[in-house]
Formats: sequence, structure tokens, C-alpha cells
Amino acid sequence: MAFVLGAALAVTATACGGGDEGGTPVLQWYARDEAGGVFGAAIEDCNEAAEGRYEIELQALPTNADEQREQLVRRLAAGDSDIDLMNMDIIWTAEFANAEWILPWPEDQVEAATEGRLDIAVESATFEDAVYGIPLNTNAQLLWYRTDLTEEPPATWDEMIEAADQLEADGKPHEIWEQGQRYEGLVVWFASLLASAGGTILNEDGTEVTLEEEPTRRALEVLRDVSASSHAPPALATAQEDQGRQGWVDGDAAFLVNYGFVWPSTNEQAPDLVEKMSWAPFPSVDPDVESTVVAGGFNIGIGAYGDHPDLAVEAATCLANEQNQTRNAQDAGLLPVTEALYDDTEVTEAENEAGVKLFPYAAEMKTALDRATLRPRTPFYNDVSLAIISILHPTVDIDPEADVDRLRDAIEQALKGEGLL
Amino acid sequence: MTATTTAPAAERPAEGKKGALSARARSERKLGWMLCAPAVAVMLLVTAYPIGYAIWLSTQRYDLRFPEDRGFVGADNYTAVLGNSLWWRDLANTAVIMIISVAIELVLGFALAFVMHRAIFGRGMVRSAILVPYGIITVVAAFAWRFAFDPTTGFVNGLANTEQSWFTESWSSYFVIILAEVWKTTPFMSLLLLAGFTLVPQDVVNAARVDGASTVYRLRKVIIPLMKPAILVAVLFRTMDAFRIFDSVFVMTRGAQGTENVSILGYKTLVSRLNLGLGSAVSVLIFVCVIIIAFVFVKGFGANLSQQRGEAP
Repeated sequence: MAFVLGAALAVTATACGGGDEGGTPVLQWYARDEAGGVFGAAIEDCNEAAEGRYEIELQALPTNADEQREQLVRRLAAGDSDIDLMNMDIIWTAEFANAEWILPWPEDQVEAATEGRLDIAVESATFEDAVYGIPLNTNAQLLWYRTDLTEEPPATWDEMIEAADQLEADGKPHEIWEQGQRYEGLVVWFASLLASAGGTILNEDGTEVTLEEEPTRRALEVLRDVSASSHAPPALATAQEDQGRQGWVDGDAAFLVNYGFVWPSTNEQAPDLVEKMSWAPFPSVDPDVESTVVAGGFNIGIGAYGDHPDLAVEAATCLANEQNQTRNAQDAGLLPVTEALYDDTEVTEAENEAGVKLFPYAAEMKTALDRATLRPRTPFYNDVSLAIISILHPTVDIDPEADVDRLRDAIEQALKGEGLL
Repeated sequence: MTATTTAPAAERPAEGKKGALSARARSERKLGWMLCAPAVAVMLLVTAYPIGYAIWLSTQRYDLRFPEDRGFVGADNYTAVLGNSLWWRDLANTAVIMIISVAIELVLGFALAFVMHRAIFGRGMVRSAILVPYGIITVVAAFAWRFAFDPTTGFVNGLANTEQSWFTESWSSYFVIILAEVWKTTPFMSLLLLAGFTLVPQDVVNAARVDGASTVYRLRKVIIPLMKPAILVAVLFRTMDAFRIFDSVFVMTRGAQGTENVSILGYKTLVSRLNLGLGSAVSVLIFVCVIIIAFVFVKGFGANLSQQRGEAP
């Protein structure tokens, strides 16, 4: 019985892993198929340029980043040779590199992977002085506001709450949307607030908890004040980015802190809102200090167990080249990582099929990215993230005084990889 | 099964005169073992081995992300789990879902079983209609319930004229989870209870009726006592199932709003954090809890599994 089963499994396994006996080597690229199947066009171009040396095939991953990671780590931990290339959320670099699930870029290829790309994007692909991926796209949050409600965008979170108080008193839309669900989005909110208040979660090496007393308390106060105010939408505790976008399109919101995808979406679903819609930097915590947000985005990594690592590096370099970045920006709204593209009219003037300009906010975004920072870079990032979420959710119940220490204890435990989270 | 139960019966008359018959008994026993050997082997392969492996893992420091950093840690993982308030909180959450949903299912399931038992017209229709929810895949059902209660896409708020975001508060999250659980598994409960109804001889009920016993009295003093074995088995099965509830909670809240139960905790530790040592300790503890539940039912309340199968006690 066992033998039959084992034999059957072995047969299936070879059937899946095969496909390159003698012919063109096939490279499997594990990535979420972005809207519009934009990666399909990139694959076609790169396959053509490779002139038969390799052939890339897309293996679709789920849309949710947590589920993407779960699928990838399950395969990688089992040494799956099927993964040649993979799209990695920038927060996974340290974890994957430390476990030796991904390969460092060969010395002579590093320049091609990093030259002309945003510092923050290159930094996100770096672990212990080696580059573990080629940056593909980036992202950061902006403040979206309505010019018919507030002429000047609020510079700080406190000002934003005051402005919303006034709007509420006047009987106008006054909701403030953020991401309060128990997931990574909440870490992004907290990390951006903490960075803007001048604090850090971990030290430079990612080995010790820092969480400086004063900035951490300030960040927690803002989280609590926004969540406990009458401007927090009732569904804040389950809101992800898309709930915020929905709330904005419905017209009940005065302020929205979110990524750039809300712009084309508002153009499509609420055209009358568009002319009143404007953008500004993520609000500061301290009125005298500019805000700092945490960057997002994806890098392409090379699976450590694949059969053709050299070809995979070549393919990744092609998939993330300027031409494909421009197409990803035009067709799927993915922000490029090559600095020069932010001055390239092909990107800044890009329009979708409906004739809507996709990146009118490109200059503001570039400024935000130049000042941006990264979430903690540690192999224990997933545990650190879980620890932060478990202490901070729901944000309305935060106690800024007591929770600084609770947060520190939880992250310290997470860094040891011990205990339940 | 048949072979093992008949073997001792065949042996007894053989005690008088040893020899030929005893040899026959021996060979019959051997045949019995041979017949059930494949089943035993498969069971060992698919249950005993994974359970043993999980127990071994739970004594190790074993994190897939840190392949070099492994080793025997004894009971450290268990002390880490049992010493953490999160485990006890999740255990209490699990108990809340388990007790409330099984209690509602028992009452509803009893009523439905009664209807199925007594339905004269369209008996087949009634029975299949009741069984439909049980035929739906749990994850699909969980998504259906989630979307129904979603404030933006769902219809429940429209029907009930409320503006509730159901999954943002603890009580309402529990309400939807338990509702989905009851909807989904009451048919299973009623099916087991229906089998119990058929155990009640109609003559006894008729005799009670002739003696002037009222409907309630007949139910309390005749039908339920005769059905007790079936009820206990149904409740036992459902309690063990409800203790291990995972999919509904995972789909609806992912454990947020204080609905995290022990299965979600195990999933988080094993699949998301890849901490196989700690996660296996959680799994083994869940297993121990299920054994305790079964033990309490079998020894404490006298649930008799063989009676349910219609064998003589």
C-alpha cells in the first residue's frame, strides 16, 4: 500500500518537475498575476529576448500577501526545486535569505540589479551586505483629502482630527480611513507613525528592540486618538486598504491614508469626487518634523533549489528592466523602482484605457520614497509583526502608557522565536 | 471486527474437549488477525505515525527557518504553551463556541430528527432538504456566511434593517460563527438522533399512550431514556468536532475580535511561523483535550459506542 502510494507520488513529482529534458529550460516564476495579466506580456518579451536559452512560466500566487508567503515558505522549507523565481514582498528578504531559501545575487550581476534604482528599494533587497533580489516595484502611502472640505491638507494627525471635528460640527463628511484590521496593514500604520515620531522598532542590525519611550508613546497616542474619535469609521477594526478605498468612494470620508491605487479607482467609481480629490504627504506626528513612511513593494528573488540559478538571474533582470517597469506602471499601476522613470513622461503622463492619468501624484510619491524607511529587517520579521498586531489590535483599546512596555516585551519574545503569539 | 468477536464465542465450547476444535479456534483467530491486518497497518501508517512524529517534534526546538538551530528541549515547548495566557484564553474561546453551538444543535437536531421520523408525506424530500447544509463544503459555507454578513456586500443588514459591522465586535463575530456552525452541522446531529428514534420500539410508546401518559411525559420518561445512548454518542461526536473548529473562524475573522481558538493558534504557530516544535506542542495539547472530552463522555456519562451500532450491550 505504502509502496504503491509512494511510487504514485514519485511519478507525479517527476511529471511536474520535468519539462526541460533536452529542450529549452523552463523557469517557473511564482508571482501574483497582477491586474490585467501585465506579467504575461513581460514574460513574452523576455522569452523572445532570451532566444531559446530559457522560457519563463508564471505560477500564480494568491492575491493576499500572507497567503503568498505561506505558499512560498511551505515549498521552500521542503526544498522545492520548482521555484526558480519568486516575487517577494520586501519584508520577507531577511527571513528567506537567513534560511538560505534564496540565493545572493552573483557579484558581477549586482550592478545591473541595483544601478539607478531607488535607495530604499535596493536596501529592501539587501541582507547582511549581500543583494538577495532585484527590485521590481515600490509603494508608499499618501494622505488623500477633499479640497471642497479642507482647502489646506492637515500637516499633522492632531490637525487632521481638529479639521474633522470642525467638519462634523458643520454636518459634513468627516471620516478618517486607515487600516485597522489585525494584519500587516496595521503594522504599516504603526511603523509609519513611529518613524515619523523619530522612533525605531529594532536597532540597525535587527537584533535588539529599541522602541524609544517618547516616540513610541506618541505613536500609540495617535493610533488611539484617531481610533477612539468619532471620525473613525465603525468598521475600522476590520478595515484593510480596500475597505478604506470603498469608504472614500462612497463619499463619507474627509481623509484617507492609503496607497496610490485609490486614484484610478475613484476616477472609475466616483467621477464627481475626482476634481475635489487631492493628495499630500502622510501627516506628521510632530509639527516641526516631516513625516517618514515605511515603503512597500516587491523584489524578484531566486529560489535556492532551482536547477538554473544563472538563467534565473538573467530572467529576473529582464523581468524587472525599465521597459517592463514602465509597462507595469501603465497597465497595473505598479510604481517603478528605477529613479529616472519618475521623470519619464511615459510614466508620469501614463493614462489608463479610460483616459485617466495614473500617476499625477508621482512627484509627491518620489519625495515620500526618498524619505521613507523600512520595517524591521530580521529573520523573525513575521513573529515581530504578529507580536505588534496582537498588542495593538483593536487600536481603540490602546493604552499609550502601559502598552509601550507590553509591546517591548512581546517583540523581545518574538525576536527569540519563543512563546505563543 | 466480526472475526474477533466471534472467535471467543467459538472457543468456549471447545474447552471441554481440547484438540481439533481448539486448533480450529486458533486458526480462526489467526484468520481474524490476518483479515484485519491490512486495516491495522493502514491505521498505523496514517494515524499512529503522524501522531508519534508530532509528539517527537513537540519535544524539539525545531523551526524551519533556522535549520541549524535544532535540538531536544524536553518539555520546554509545553511549559511555554501552558504558561502563556494566550493558550488559556484561546481554550476558553474554543469552549464558548463548543458549548453554545452543541447545545443549540442538540435541541434543534432533536426537533428535526422528530420531524424526519414522523414525516408521512414526502419523507424523502424532508430528509434530503434537512441534509443539504451538511453537504456543503465548510469553507464554501463559511465564505457564504461571511459575505452575507458583510456590511458592504451582504444582504443581512438590509433585511434586518441594521447597520452592524458584524465582524468588528466580539459578540457579533461569535454570533455569526456559532450560527454558521449550527446551520452547518445540525443535520449531522439530527441524523444520529434519527437513528436513535428508530431504536425506540413503537409498542412501548403505544403502551405508554394507552396508560394515559401525556406527550411530554412519554418524551421524558420513555423516548429520551431509550434514546440516551444515541444522544450521548451524537453529543460526543459533535463536541469533539466543535472543539476542533477551524475553517469557519479562519474564513470569517482569522481569529480577530477575541475569536481565536486553539486550532487557529496551532495553525499560526505551525504554518505561519513555521515553528514546528512549539506548534506540535499546541497540536498535541489539542489532541489531549479531545481525548479528555471522549473519556468524560464514555466513562462519566456512559456513552456506549457499540450500542449505537445496534450490537447487543
